[in-house]
Amino acid sequence: MLDGLFQKLHDLPLSEWIRANELAFPWLESVHVLAITLVLGSIAVVDLRLLGLASVKRPVTELLRNILPVTWIAFAVAFITGSGMFLSNAVDYSKNFPFRMKMLLLVLAGLNMLAFHFITYRSISQWNDSAHTPPAARWAGGFSVLMWLAIVAFGRWIGFTIGF
Amino acid sequence: MLHAFADWLAQTQTSNVIQNVSWIIPTVQTIHIVCVAIVISATFLVSLRVLGIFDRAQPIAALTHRFLPWIWYALVVLLVTGSLLIIGEPNRSLMNPAFAAKMTMLVVVASLTAVLQRPLATDAAYWDVSGQRRLTAKSIAVLSLILWSLIVFAGRWIAYVGSLE
Repeated sequence: MLDGLFQKLHDLPLSEWIRANELAFPWLESVHVLAITLVLGSIAVVDLRLLGLASVKRPVTELLRNILPVTWIAFAVAFITGSGMFLSNAVDYSKNFPFRMKMLLLVLAGLNMLAFHFITYRSISQWNDSAHTPPAARWAGGFSVLMWLAIVAFGRWIGFTIGF
Repeated sequence: MLHAFADWLAQTQTSNVIQNVSWIIPTVQTIHIVCVAIVISATFLVSLRVLGIFDRAQPIAALTHRFLPWIWYALVVLLVTGSLLIIGEPNRSLMNPAFAAKMTMLVVVASLTAVLQRPLATDAAYWDVSGQRRLTAKSIAVLSLILWSLIVFAGRWIAYVGSLE
């Protein structure tokens, strides 16, 4: 069922255009890399705070309020450019092991974020100003760092398994 | 001369190992990208603060102090990983116009970053004391955002621009 969907995506006029235009893929990839470096770095600032390793003098709420808009804008750009790259060869990407792993880890990173936001974050008033964050916050920060490092690694690996 | 050097480098034993062990280049590139993420995020956040877009409640010096030391450590790792990638494929990089552009921009933007960072060590309000200084700091911030972006783009374009043989 999904195979039919990927084939349809592959055949879209936009996908055709990306394949036909020699400069489209390199530019999508360039902007994707720039966006992903900003996602990775800005999330790491949050993760290191949750781990109690950096920015410990700043309240967590204040740090999140300032940094998350940067993260989300960068993520949106990475998502759009990544979708463009995917469309150009949707059938092959959908079967590609590192691509599938990258998507799986993105989902896990998202679930980790949701769990942090809806569960751990509820007690924020008790540790907002403290370097001693609760274990659940440390786990969220540590897990997030690992997920994003692996996402970058699998992302780079895709480039060695699908040739252009 | 550079060409001869690249050819010599390509047939050294180190180069052969990097070329022939399939996981080395992807792994080194991944470490390289992670360090690029540190540099890009640190310099972008500082530049956006100087421009008054990010974290306005914090003084500029607080952000440069928080983020800029990281970029100098990351640059050392980038130099090592970048060198390994060059040793692995010398002609792909050394003879490549995108690589030359990347290195030129890197020297310029690293100098600009040092210009922004240094006076803050002794005077935290250095960039805020006059309109002229604010303008200088903002100009450096804009240039820095543009140059770092172009450096990332040039890095990726090494894979697409043919080498001059």
